[in-house]
Amino acid sequence: MNEITSESKQMKNTDDEWEPKILAFLCNWCSYAGADLAGVSRIQYPPNIRVVRVPCSGRINPYFIVKALLDGWDGVLVSGCHPGDCHYLTGNLVARRRFGILKDLLEFFGIEPDRVNFMWASAAEGERFAVLIRKTTKLVKKMGPNKKFEKKW
Amino acid sequence: MGDIESENQDIENSIKELARNLLRDKEVDVIIGYTKGTVPLSSSPVFITREEDTDKLLWNNLCYVNLANYLAPRIPKLYDEEGQKLKVGIVAKGCVGRALIHLAVENQINFENIKMIGISCNGIINRKRIEKEIGEREILETSILGNSIIVKGRDFEETFPFDEYLNELCKVCKVKSPPNVDDSCVGECLENPVIEDDFNDISDFESKTSEEKWVYIKDTLSACTRCYACREVCPMCYCNLCFVDQNKPIWFGKTTDFTDIFAFHFNRAMHLAGRCVACGACSSVCPMGIDLNLITRKLEKIVKERYNFTSGMDKETVPPMMSFSMDDKEEFMMEED
Repeated sequence: MNEITSESKQMKNTDDEWEPKILAFLCNWCSYAGADLAGVSRIQYPPNIRVVRVPCSGRINPYFIVKALLDGWDGVLVSGCHPGDCHYLTGNLVARRRFGILKDLLEFFGIEPDRVNFMWASAAEGERFAVLIRKTTKLVKKMGPNKKFEKKW
Repeated sequence: MGDIESENQDIENSIKELARNLLRDKEVDVIIGYTKGTVPLSSSPVFITREEDTDKLLWNNLCYVNLANYLAPRIPKLYDEEGQKLKVGIVAKGCVGRALIHLAVENQINFENIKMIGISCNGIINRKRIEKEIGEREILETSILGNSIIVKGRDFEETFPFDEYLNELCKVCKVKSPPNVDDSCVGECLENPVIEDDFNDISDFESKTSEEKWVYIKDTLSACTRCYACREVCPMCYCNLCFVDQNKPIWFGKTTDFTDIFAFHFNRAMHLAGRCVACGACSSVCPMGIDLNLITRKLEKIVKERYNFTSGMDKETVPPMMSFSMDDKEEFMMEED
């Protein structure tokens, strides 16, 4: 996590064309394989995501997401297996409850809700994965850089 | 309906009588209740074991501490000399009862050893608001006269209308008395309560734009000094190792920079979703006078709307964060256009 964090700080873009950095948590069994499939199928999608492989979307603790925002990531994406397809049977269902509350609360605290996105993508859905990454990148890009969490000290 | 002063007197008398009876009949070994505070505009918790001491118990509208906290697992359990668990009687306004029931749902306490002395709470004063209006002047005495709050100091005396200076959560409170579970409640109790809440009080805030909300939250929370009084007083915050004390990994810094304050309050809110019983103790003890009630209400609203759950109403319903369902709403998940 720390290595990724320091990378994100170095990557401040100086070009006119600002590109968002999005931290993507992909579950090992579906979304990570889906991303792999998108890769081997040579499907083009924006290079803005940095992938962290997690065993299951149920592994995602809200701390991870808050920490990522605090560390200056412009967006966070969590992707897991479709409901019912979880390798651990119910991990993504547990995660979904958390995400629902997290998303509502972020909105309530005044963080643009589009900064944090959740999606399902199976190992066979390389195309869908690419489409949704394009969508996320577009959403985050529209909101601009994550400036709310710049530390004063 | 009498005025607040006589209501208080009635509640106090019923507490004393029930406490005396419970102690006399040896149904409980110790009563946890409220007594006169050591400083004005407050009241202290008190543990009473002898029948003659029950006169110390009182009810004024400053009983803001949630007594369920004294039964929460991080507080050492109450035992007698032989190591037997003491039977506890606890003065329970609605939110104390709810907190106890929710602790039981989380398997942290057992109602076998607990008797709730149910009262019909008539609201807690928003002491932070009064303190703010009194400002630098020193408060020496507070009392309720009729329907108003009298605050006396060395050379001033001010009157505040009770209805207006109620805690925001008490204004919209629907559970004045503790729900009765396992027949552990004596006095005023609710049987199978059904709660209808429209959450109109926070709709104003919710209709604001993202930017306005951020500015408001930032202005309110910036005062936070991270003393964690809100955590200490919360009956639901009983983790052995709180995430703010964790240092491997450190989830956020220890500074009072707004980013860290935000992380604390946001994660705290996440932890309390579906668990918070809306007692308002956190706001009442905040030394900086931060109003956390807004977040409390929003949490209640989210779990009500998403998972149709109200914490601490009965022992059977599984809390939303301890369960899941295939049919949960997932309108927030990203889909292809």
